[in-house]
Amino acid sequence: MGKHKPIWLVLVSLVFINPAWAEMRLNLTEGATAVSKEVYDLHMLVLYICTAIGVVVFGAMFWSIAFHRKSKGVKPADFHESTKVEILWTTIPIVILIGMAVPATHTLIAMEDNTNSDVTIQITGSQWKWHYKYFDQDIEYYSVLSTPREQYQNQQETTVEKGINYLLEVDKPLVIPANKKVRFLITSDDVIHSWWVPAFAVKQDANPGFINEAWTNVDEPGVYRGQCAELCGKDHGFMPIVVEVKSVADYEVWLEEQKQLIVKAAEAEKASLSDSMSMPELMQLGETTYLAHCAACHQPSGLGLAPVFPALKGSPMATTGSITDHIDIVVNGKAGTAMQSYRKQLSLKEIAAVVTYERNAWGNDTGELVQSANVKVVSGDEQ
Amino acid sequence: MTANTLNDTNEASVHDSTTELGHDEHHDHKMTGLKRWLLTTNHKDIGTLYLWFAFIMFLTGGALAMVIRAELFQPGLQLVEPDFFNQLTTVHGLIMVFGAIMPAFTGFANWMLPMMVGAPDMALPRMNNWSFWILPFAFAILLSSFFMESGAPNFGWTFYAPLSTTYSNGSTAFFVFAVHIMGISSIMGAINVIVTIMNMRAPGMTYMKMPLFVWTFFITAYLLIAVMPVLAGVVTMLLTDTYFGTSFFDAAGGGDPVMFQHIFWFFGHPEVYIMILPAFGIISTIIPAFSRKRLFGYSSMVYATSSIAFLSFIVWAHHMFTTGMPLFGELFFMYCTMLIAVPTGVKVFNWVATMWRGALTFETPMLFSIAFVILFTIGGFSGLMLAMTPVDFQYHDTYFVVAHFHYVLVTGSLFSIYAGAYYWLPKWTGHMYSNTLSKWHFWCSLISVNLLFFPMHFLGLAGMPRRIPDYALQFADFNKWVSIGGFAFGLSQLIFLAVVIKCIRGGEKAPAKPWDGAIGLEWTVASPAPYHTFSTPPPQKDIDNADQHEH
Repeated sequence: MGKHKPIWLVLVSLVFINPAWAEMRLNLTEGATAVSKEVYDLHMLVLYICTAIGVVVFGAMFWSIAFHRKSKGVKPADFHESTKVEILWTTIPIVILIGMAVPATHTLIAMEDNTNSDVTIQITGSQWKWHYKYFDQDIEYYSVLSTPREQYQNQQETTVEKGINYLLEVDKPLVIPANKKVRFLITSDDVIHSWWVPAFAVKQDANPGFINEAWTNVDEPGVYRGQCAELCGKDHGFMPIVVEVKSVADYEVWLEEQKQLIVKAAEAEKASLSDSMSMPELMQLGETTYLAHCAACHQPSGLGLAPVFPALKGSPMATTGSITDHIDIVVNGKAGTAMQSYRKQLSLKEIAAVVTYERNAWGNDTGELVQSANVKVVSGDEQ
Repeated sequence: MTANTLNDTNEASVHDSTTELGHDEHHDHKMTGLKRWLLTTNHKDIGTLYLWFAFIMFLTGGALAMVIRAELFQPGLQLVEPDFFNQLTTVHGLIMVFGAIMPAFTGFANWMLPMMVGAPDMALPRMNNWSFWILPFAFAILLSSFFMESGAPNFGWTFYAPLSTTYSNGSTAFFVFAVHIMGISSIMGAINVIVTIMNMRAPGMTYMKMPLFVWTFFITAYLLIAVMPVLAGVVTMLLTDTYFGTSFFDAAGGGDPVMFQHIFWFFGHPEVYIMILPAFGIISTIIPAFSRKRLFGYSSMVYATSSIAFLSFIVWAHHMFTTGMPLFGELFFMYCTMLIAVPTGVKVFNWVATMWRGALTFETPMLFSIAFVILFTIGGFSGLMLAMTPVDFQYHDTYFVVAHFHYVLVTGSLFSIYAGAYYWLPKWTGHMYSNTLSKWHFWCSLISVNLLFFPMHFLGLAGMPRRIPDYALQFADFNKWVSIGGFAFGLSQLIFLAVVIKCIRGGEKAPAKPWDGAIGLEWTVASPAPYHTFSTPPPQKDIDNADQHEH
């Protein structure tokens, strides 16, 4: 061993000098809330207890391995039973377990207390995006992965550099105020998802048809990232969660901005009704919208993914079928399938563009134009 | 049936004692070629079939895991599409649980139980033949779905509704049918184990004189009979929800997707113990043998095993803490789960006490057993951590869980299977295995398995969810190491294949009892074990010598 020492030193230091270690985390996060810190403490407590038990048990074992070996000429002892010892090593673990159960119960009761919240937000998971709806505010929006496809589709050699928040970034983060008790009502539109932000120690399943509760109260403004934690199909790995925690004042400003944006959007919708867009305009907007919202299932090529996600290229629905039916499927979705409703996800103009795009891209070439007004006829007043 | 069997074997024993040749000619047991294996009702032949089948399935499931680890070697999607990735993880899990670990233990049960209780064969030999031969069809159906338009099941081995019903890719029917066949096979195997142990123990072998190995398989068989019908029920509900318009798990029709999880885990948690109790039995046989000391606390081992089996029925919802259970439910399942640490702890303490002041040697079975005790205990520690509901909210569905159950199932169940295989290979083949190769197998496996699974703890704690084909950049370094460990572990298992083939083809002749510290009736017969053993019951002296309890 002695003469190998320098080599070991070099190897060990190589491992630790590696700059990647600096940003690599080994342990659970302490998080940003009182609850998450309690959870962290509990985690460390159990870890220390397990380590201590491990040292004692494995220590006894290695002692036997080192000193009670036949090659040292020992004769085996012949004891093989002791009620006293059995009782002892049944009772001691029970005492240790009670020592762990008490703080765990305490933390759990605190975590499950959903009363007296200041802000309530409904979170709805769907394949593969999150929808946030602020109660009493009329604000609601979808939050979708914003990492560009080129960064993760690496089947061919690519030179696209991956961003720092690769797969953990969204177009519109959830915004909540700091130092307020925020309650989440969590549900799903399709399969089971799970809303998880490690820094809040909140992980709650989103069950279709049922509503789960969770809450948090974040100390410091900042950006916190998480991911869907329950297998929810193909793009389970691609539905991150980003929460932006703002000071109360900034949060109020943000709420105002959102309200103005909603008014503007409504005006734009109205204006688009009398608007008539040209083919190139529709195709361009259609392509952007398609790639952002449709391509995950129907694929950029329009070929779909058999058997669950049908092809649009050459499909009767997008060629010879009626435009109204086509719009209807996009607006209302198709019950019993993975096709969801885009009524709330896209503007009239975007739906018009995407339907136009689907009817003219990939050699579908129907030459048909769809305008916002056509969509309005199908979607009715609910829009 | 039992009467027939006894008749059969009596006849065989008569022939045995007269002329071996005459016996071969007209007795169906010794047909040659494919027919011998297809029609065999001999417990040793069926045991061999189970063991080979399990190993082939283990390599198949392992091959799927290699693709998974290759995709996860670096960030980005390089090799497979996300949907196919989900198919890989799903089928990997199903094959390893139902195709590798469970059949391997059934193989051990078939080979060893009759010899250990001094019986001529399993109680229901024709059913035994059936319970094996339907298995290859189950897995043929499951694996064939890879080549169909639908693709293989892609909803995880836990097949949560409605991902596996309304939103399934069309593979649900094949999956359900395959699981039904596996379930029937397991139930038949379990009935056979129970009937054999209850009715065919040699006269003089009382329950508390049975080797602990027999006890663990006995209790496991009861668990199987209790929960396999539950699995059959839940997959049938899945089938009717998907194809016949029922709404067991669909809120729109008055059902509840969380009810699926309750039923599934009511099967799934005892299932976990189905895969570890036999391991306890194997380890409790091997550690005393190479410590040259009696098993410490035989009766407390029996009681601990029974307590674990009982507790396994009242902890299922600890897999479901994040589903939105009421506080009372969470507390109940947390306390019960923590309680399992007590009997499990007793077992570990007893093994350590058995080694304490023994005269230890380190043959390959012992090496695997020692590694089992340490690494299984590490899996137990992470299990205890997972039991704590508040912290489980952080661990749940992350790589921490993946690390946990692979420590329990790979360095636990699988290592015990290797320990048992090395321990009884001389009895099975009549030859000693290659010592050098087997040591290579052990050390390569030990090092690579830890490189493979230990960093997964860190990945999980740092926040990497399980079942994702691509991950954020901070997880990149560990994933690379995990993949390297995975490839190394996969390759190391081929050494075992080499050892076994070499051992079957030749090698140093094994004596009837190659391990000086071993006890048990199986060592009173020649190596390799004759085709028929204990046609006449063993003498009381042998039974007393084999007793782990009193001496």
